[in-house]
Amino acid sequence: MKLFQNVSTFHRVLAGLSITGLIYFAYTSTPTRLPYNQPSVVGPDGKGVHLSPWLAPVVWEGTFDPTLIDSIYKQQNITIATTVFALGKYTLFLKDFLESAEQNYFVGFRVHYYVFTDHPEHVPAVKLREEHHLTVLTVPSSNRWQDISLSRMARLEKLIESRLFNKADYVFSLDVDSKFYGRWGVETLSRLVGVIHPWFYGKHRKKFPYERRPESQAFIPSAEGDYYYGGAVIGGLVKDVYQLAKTCRENLEIDASKSIEAAWQEESHLNKYFLYNKPSKLLSPEYLWDDRKSKPWEIKIIRFSQVLKNYNEIRPNP
Amino acid sequence: MPHHHNLVFMTLVVFGMVLSGLIYISTNQNSCKQQMIEQVFRKSEEKLEDFGLRSSPGSEEKLEDFGLRSSPGFLYNQPSTLVGRTDVVSMTPWLAPIIWEGTFDPTLIDSIYKQHNLTIATTVFALGKYTRFLKDFLESAEEHYFVGFRVHYYLFTDQPEAVPEVKMGENHHLTVRRVPSLDRWQDISMGRMEILEKLIKNELANEADYIFCLDVDAKFYGRWGVESLGRLVGVIHPWFFDYPRDQFSYERRPESQAFIPAGEGDYYYTAAAFGGSLADVHHLTKTCWEQLNIDIANSIEAIWHEESHLNKYFLYTKPSKLLSPEYLWRDINAAVGQVKIIRFSHVAKNNAEVRPNV
Repeated sequence: MKLFQNVSTFHRVLAGLSITGLIYFAYTSTPTRLPYNQPSVVGPDGKGVHLSPWLAPVVWEGTFDPTLIDSIYKQQNITIATTVFALGKYTLFLKDFLESAEQNYFVGFRVHYYVFTDHPEHVPAVKLREEHHLTVLTVPSSNRWQDISLSRMARLEKLIESRLFNKADYVFSLDVDSKFYGRWGVETLSRLVGVIHPWFYGKHRKKFPYERRPESQAFIPSAEGDYYYGGAVIGGLVKDVYQLAKTCRENLEIDASKSIEAAWQEESHLNKYFLYNKPSKLLSPEYLWDDRKSKPWEIKIIRFSQVLKNYNEIRPNP
Repeated sequence: MPHHHNLVFMTLVVFGMVLSGLIYISTNQNSCKQQMIEQVFRKSEEKLEDFGLRSSPGSEEKLEDFGLRSSPGFLYNQPSTLVGRTDVVSMTPWLAPIIWEGTFDPTLIDSIYKQHNLTIATTVFALGKYTRFLKDFLESAEEHYFVGFRVHYYLFTDQPEAVPEVKMGENHHLTVRRVPSLDRWQDISMGRMEILEKLIKNELANEADYIFCLDVDAKFYGRWGVESLGRLVGVIHPWFFDYPRDQFSYERRPESQAFIPAGEGDYYYTAAAFGGSLADVHHLTKTCWEQLNIDIANSIEAIWHEESHLNKYFLYTKPSKLLSPEYLWRDINAAVGQVKIIRFSHVAKNNAEVRPNV
C-alpha cells in the first residue's frame, strides 16, 4: 500500500514537471520575446509636431517605444562618445552632471565621457556603470567665458580627429551646467542631431536670436530659419559631427580675424550650419530645458535641463 | 518488490529523455531563429545612418555626401513645433516617419534632393491581360511620379508588342524586358521577387540609387515624390490600417516561412508598393525569394503569397520609412477621413477577366 502511494505521488510529480516543461517549450518557441504595443496609424493627440518639413523625426515622449528601440540598437555594438567642458568654476557642475547621467543617459549602452578641464584635480570621482568610461583632458585656462565657449568647436574637431574616428560611432557634445532628470537614450541617435531650444520654440523665425549682421559668417536673414537650435546639445555620427565642428571652427576663425563675435558665440554658428545642413533628427525641448522656465502642457517630461546658477559667481568675466 | 522499482525507474528514464529532448529542440529552435533575426537586424541596422558607405561598389563617391543640404536664399514657410496634423500618427515607435499630406514641405524637400544626382529605378510587371493597365499607369506616372527627377522604368512582360507608346518626360526612361508567360497569377506575383533580386544584383548597381516596385493595375492621381525615399520603405495596406494586429491577414500556419504569431505585428504592409536603397531592397527580395522557395519545397503557399513573406520581412527588419495609405489606396471614388489625398490607387478590375486562372 505504502509503495503504491509513493508511486502515484511520484507520477503526480512527473506530471507536474512535464506540464512545466511543455509551458516553457511553448513560451520560448516564438522567435521574439519582446512584446510591445501595436503602433497605431490613426490616432489622436499630436500636440508636438513629430516631423520636420524635411521629414526628420522630432523626438517627444510618446513618439517612441523605449523597449523596442533599445532592442533594435542593442543588436549593434555601438559606442557613444560624449564631450563636456568644465573650465574654471564650471567644475562645480560635474558631480551632478555625471551622477544624473549615470542614472539616465544611454543606460545599458557603451558610453565614453571626455571631460575637458583646466583643473583635473577638481573632477569628482563618480561611480560609473559597467561599460561607461571617463577620460579627463587638460586644457589651458581662459579669462573669458565667451572664449571658452568658442573654443569648444575646435576642441571637438581635434578630439574626433585624434581619437574618435575608430573608437566611437556617435558623439554628443553637451553643456556641463545641466542635469539629467529623465531618460536620454538611443531614440536620440541619428546622422546629425540638433535640439530645439527651450526658449524659442513657439516664436516666429524673425525673433530667433540668430546673428543678424551680414559681416559675420553666422549671419541668417530674417526671412529664413527653421528652428532655433540650442548650442548645449550637438550630436550625430562621428564623421558628421566632425564636419559640423570643422565648418563652425573655420567660420569662427574668419569672424575672429575680422574682430566680430557672433551674438551667441558658437550657438549662432551652429544655427547657421543646421539651417543649410539640416539635422536628420531633432530632439524636442524635453532634451534641453531650463530650470528657470516653468513646464508648459506640451512638455510631458524634462530629461536634461540647465540648472539654476549665479553667473557672477561662476563665470571668469561678466 | 523489485518489479515495481524497475517500472518506476523505467518511467523516470523515459520521461527524462523526453523532457531533455523537448528542451533541446526548444533551445535549438530559439537560438536558430534568434540568430536569423539578429543577423537580419544587424545587416540592415549596422549601417542605419550610413548613407555614404553603401555596400554596392562604385556608389560610395556618389552618395558620400548625402547630407540634407539646402541653399541660402531659398524661402519657404517656417516649420511649426506645435501645430500639425493631429488626426494621424506620423512616426512609428522606432521613429521611422510615416508620410501623410501635411507632414512635409514638397518644395523644400525637392530642393534638398535635387542637390544629388539621383536615379530612381521602378519595376512594373504586366503579364497576360495585365498589359491593358500599362497605358494609364505610365501616363499617370508621367504626370505625378518623381516629376523633375531621373526615373528608369523596368517593365517586365510576356508580350512586349502590347506595351503602349507613352510619351516620357525629360529624364524618364523605359526599358522593356521579356519574361516567360505563367499560368497562375499567384506564380506571376511571387515570381517577381526572384526577377527583382536578379535585376538589382546584375544590372542596377551603377545605374540607380533607389528602387521602387509597383503593381501595374493601379494609377497615379497625386504627387509621389522624394518624400517617399528612404533606405527601406514600406506602404501601409489601405484595407488594414485601422485593424488590430490579430486581424491582419498574416500567414498563421507555423509550417510556412511567412508565419507570424498572434500578438506580434506592427502594420500590415502591401506588396503592391515597396522600395528603398538598392542594397536594402536586394536583401529583402533575396530573403523573400529564399523563403518562398522553402515553402514551395514544403508544398505550402502563404495566404497572400509574396505579400505574406514581405510582411514577415518587415516585421523583423523594420522599414526606415512608411508611406501612408495615400500611397496605395483601394478605390479612387471612396476616400476615408484621414486620407486627404489619394496619390496612387488600384483601378477597378474584373479579376475573372484579367487573371489567367481563378
